[in-house]
Amino acid sequence: MKRIQTNNRILMWIDERLPIFSYAEENLASYPTPKNLNYWWNYGSLAGIVLAIMIVTGIFLAMNYQPHADVAFQSVERIVRDVNYGWLLRNLHSNGASMFFIVVYIHMFRGLYFGSYKAPRELLWMVGITIYVLMMATAFMGYVLPWGQMSFWGATVITNLFTAIPVIGEYIVIWVWGGFSVDAPTINRFFVWHYLLPMILFMVVVIHLWALHVNKSSNPLGIEVKSSADMIPFHPFYTIKDMYGLGIFMIVYMYFVFFAPDFFGEPDNYIPANPMVTPPHIVPEWYFLPFYAILRAIPDKLGGVAAMGMAIVILYVLPWLDTSKVRVATYRPIYKQLFWIFVVNIILLGWLGQKPAEGTYLIMSRLSTAYYFIFFLILPLVGKFEKTKQLPVSIFEEVAKKHRAKEDK
Amino acid sequence: MSDTSDTASTGTTADEIESAPRRDFLLISTTTLGLAGVGMAAWPFIYSINPAKDVLALSSTEVDLSAIEEGQAITVMWRGKPVFIRHRTEDDIASAASVDLSELRDPETDKERVKKPKWLIAIGICTHLGCIPSGQKLGDKKGDFGGWFCPCHGSHYDTSGRIRKGPAPFNLPVPEHAFTDETSILIG
Ligand code: HEM
Ligand code: FES
Repeated sequence: MKRIQTNNRILMWIDERLPIFSYAEENLASYPTPKNLNYWWNYGSLAGIVLAIMIVTGIFLAMNYQPHADVAFQSVERIVRDVNYGWLLRNLHSNGASMFFIVVYIHMFRGLYFGSYKAPRELLWMVGITIYVLMMATAFMGYVLPWGQMSFWGATVITNLFTAIPVIGEYIVIWVWGGFSVDAPTINRFFVWHYLLPMILFMVVVIHLWALHVNKSSNPLGIEVKSSADMIPFHPFYTIKDMYGLGIFMIVYMYFVFFAPDFFGEPDNYIPANPMVTPPHIVPEWYFLPFYAILRAIPDKLGGVAAMGMAIVILYVLPWLDTSKVRVATYRPIYKQLFWIFVVNIILLGWLGQKPAEGTYLIMSRLSTAYYFIFFLILPLVGKFEKTKQLPVSIFEEVAKKHRAKEDK
Repeated sequence: MSDTSDTASTGTTADEIESAPRRDFLLISTTTLGLAGVGMAAWPFIYSINPAKDVLALSSTEVDLSAIEEGQAITVMWRGKPVFIRHRTEDDIASAASVDLSELRDPETDKERVKKPKWLIAIGICTHLGCIPSGQKLGDKKGDFGGWFCPCHGSHYDTSGRIRKGPAPFNLPVPEHAFTDETSILIG
């Protein structure tokens, strides 16, 4: 590591013993970054900021929230009505969860389009999928906490997925519940996990960044960095760009927080949990819908759960399924089409996930599910037979060309 | 790392080579013992989140059936679970009895499932993913087989509580119960 030099003796004294300033300088300020990153590269730092917002709002909510089946619902209502700015904390937190998923989904599709999962960034990608899985677990358990009808029945249906496991499934679900149904012990432990998992998530994010800083960012051309002319320091160029993106993001986020706080929610969750009555139409939170559609597309209980699990597991092996040497879809005519169909297909699956699983919807869910898997399984063949386009020579030249074209106009 | 192992290898004596298998043995056995210890220490933690004794304490529920008219059904709580009690009509009984066992996903005759044909008693939790099927109230959707319909993913149960259509794998389970007299039962 290069050590910072400054005339401030206190800073130097600290840095010689614990080089936090040198470390920050190396990883945040002079950190070499490809010149040509576009706005799709904003979503990583955005996700980090949203995580911080979730943790801070969550901790302050926890100071007034009661994780007990008898009073959980009232305690959330009290937060919203009586606690000073409780309504704000809650709206920031509940809408923050949706924003978090939007940001992370865009971040993941960015990776998919620009081949960010390819060598040497396979582990970076896999750590990212782990973050995604932890996020889903956290959000699922958070949604149980307000203890409304959707909380309760969502928890019931999702935990019952374990019963699909042959022989031991029954025992596992009782172990998870701490009883014979979702009940007081369940909400208590879910609260503990909901508090703990984001801390673990935070540590996994640190590992994610560690892996990122070894091989550094990829770029929209997907070619390797060749010389220092291809790079610019992170600060001030990308700190400014990230801040600008954050501003735009905040406008959208705050719109929901202040003007449509229940947009992403389900009205049924304002009915206190009732273990004796299942609402006629239960749906999970929007960010789980594509997986829910896959679950329901398969007419067999174990099969449905297995397909849903595979839909996630397959993301882990993606770096080995995609054998193409070219990273970015722009230069891969076939992959590019498959990619865009994949995006539309996921949205379609999400839409199907909130429709009843019958008739035409069911048939469509099956076709959609099939494409989800075909997309991944066909990649080794695409990598082999696709005729890719000519790659640019260097980042520097490509950027210079663009500038010349602009000046000529 | 590399230079320490270098000195180690150049400094190896015949004595040390001979003792290598003994060291491996010690290493493997201590590691095994250590892991077993960690496993045993972990068990109380893992087991602590299983249902506690007060949750497990079995209770039985006594129900008076005399007020339930033919064609009506009630739901009672037993061990935190809803139990469906349906006073079946002649048609219900006939249709439950007439089914060919080979048509059933989880084959059970109606006789095996009831103590008295008029009364069907079953745990009202869908065997798919645990929702409560509708069909207890008069206006409810009862599904294609006149029993219950689960709104969550569309499982249809017949008038004997057997799964007939949809993703659920098993029939609605019949809890242990006994008639204490003509019109009352003890569940559990
Ligand atoms: C990864 C970050 C997190 C995600 C994705 C997340 C997600 C959620 C979701 C979806 C809800 C339900 C919102 C609603 O409908 O009201 C919720 C509630 C809650 N969360 Fe979090 N959360 C996160 C971090 C945290 C942290 C770190 C804490 C602090 C200990 C926390 C404490 C709470 C509390 C007390 C509630 C119940 C109050 C309420 O429902 O508004 N959360 N969370
Ligand atoms: S829970 Fe009843 S059909 Fe899925």
